[in-house]
Amino acid sequence: MNTAASDKFAIRTSALTRRFGNLTAADAIELRIPYGEIFGLLGANGAGKSTLIKMLTTLLSPTSGSAEVGGFDIIKSPGEVRRRIGYVSQLVSADGALTGYENLRLSAKLYGLPATERGERIAGALEFMGLADTAHRLVKTYSGGMIRRLELAQAMLHRPAILFLDEPTIGLDPVARRLVWDRLLNLRHDYGMTVLITTHDMEEAETLSDELAILHAGRISVVGKPAELRAGLGAEATMDDVFIHYAGGLIHESGTFSEVARNRRTAQRLG
Amino acid sequence: MKRLIRESAAIVEVELIKLVRDPTEIISRAVQPVLWLVVFGQVLAQVRGIHTGQLSYLAFITPGILAQSVLFSAIFYGIAVIWERDLGVVHKLLVSPARRTSLVFGKAVAAGFRGLVQAVVIYLIALAMHVSLRLDPLAIFAVLASVMLGSGIFATFSLIIACIVKTRERFMGIGQLLTMPMFFASNAIYPLDIMPGWLRVVAQINPLTYLIDALRGLMISGGESVHGYAVDFSVMLAVFVALLSVAVRLYPTLAE
Repeated sequence: MNTAASDKFAIRTSALTRRFGNLTAADAIELRIPYGEIFGLLGANGAGKSTLIKMLTTLLSPTSGSAEVGGFDIIKSPGEVRRRIGYVSQLVSADGALTGYENLRLSAKLYGLPATERGERIAGALEFMGLADTAHRLVKTYSGGMIRRLELAQAMLHRPAILFLDEPTIGLDPVARRLVWDRLLNLRHDYGMTVLITTHDMEEAETLSDELAILHAGRISVVGKPAELRAGLGAEATMDDVFIHYAGGLIHESGTFSEVARNRRTAQRLG
Repeated sequence: MKRLIRESAAIVEVELIKLVRDPTEIISRAVQPVLWLVVFGQVLAQVRGIHTGQLSYLAFITPGILAQSVLFSAIFYGIAVIWERDLGVVHKLLVSPARRTSLVFGKAVAAGFRGLVQAVVIYLIALAMHVSLRLDPLAIFAVLASVMLGSGIFATFSLIIACIVKTRERFMGIGQLLTMPMFFASNAIYPLDIMPGWLRVVAQINPLTYLIDALRGLMISGGESVHGYAVDFSVMLAVFVALLSVAVRLYPTLAE
């Protein structure tokens, strides 16, 4: 696997901040995520989850503060960071006009996998994600779950140390969602990957996350293990209670027009 | 350099696969030059109102119509880039360790291949209309190189606009706004020396003028480059490099 740091933390941020005009989308974020952990990032729409992921994946520059991903500074060494991460966007990023195999071959080339290894890696990733039989079909004929598994295959092809998944199960039915969860748990088990996952789904957060953070208005409200967070609110508390307590309200009441539109577009494309 | 070629080739490869799989756009874009040459060209040729030296009017405008096809095809390339942004494809490309230069250069080269299809169409129409073309391999190779370069220039320009406006609706408006003035402020359908002074100045800073000038000498028997090939290609290369460097800086902003 593509690991580099002697540091035990896969992700380490220090006062990481991003402002858009007067809006502070991410406000002095402090995170320490150890290697091999699945870390959940929760928050209402507009809480700053996607902004944080974009900064950590080098898509967006921070206004201030710093962060290291895989042992490399996101500002000073973005290329080194990119070599060590995989990313599944909230949007549907697989190219529908290409086959699953062609999508993977593009990723293999962009990540510089040697030509001698490409075929084996692609075949392995397709097998791992249960897509070997449909590899040569156009992606636009795939189901939503298959598309998400293909995107996971693309993200893991170069064996990154850290995977960033931005609401990977949005728009999927329960069966497809379970399949994605299984593959994620297998990825961690088989390859020891660190996974940072954002989600609105409390069941998903509890099932997958070793530890999670809840963001509210750009700030981290709380960090902890799901069971400990529930216990902190009482014996009968659910993850929904935890979320409502720390995220400052109900999920469904939040979100800007563009965020809601984007989520619906994604759900529509996967559905 | 090897890395730039490898990464750009990966981008070009997928663009060509998509083009071959669905050539609808290319075929529909071939209709316009047919109209310009068969209708506009033939009618204006009858009028004999525009002095085009020793070339027939149809021969004079053939390189202009090829350049126009290249411009119109490439200038809307930004729409595809915005579409890729909306789909999340741009995010996936930008999170990869591939150099930004490779991603943008790959897009420009892919646009160049689209331009080559336009060149083939124009050659076929021109031959059918008995336009006297230069068919020696060197001339044809130089025409194709010019078309690739011209497509790269306008596709990269288009990508820059896409990075600035970021929505398809705004892009369509600006795209329409740019193409016709660029076409009419060039030597595509009339020579520079019959233009009013101010328009000649605009034409002199319009890269389309240099593409047409080179094509006129390379494509048409008896045609000549007014500026000289060295000037034509130097200007086009310089514009391409300048646009490429701007696009490389702006492309990552699409994912912000």
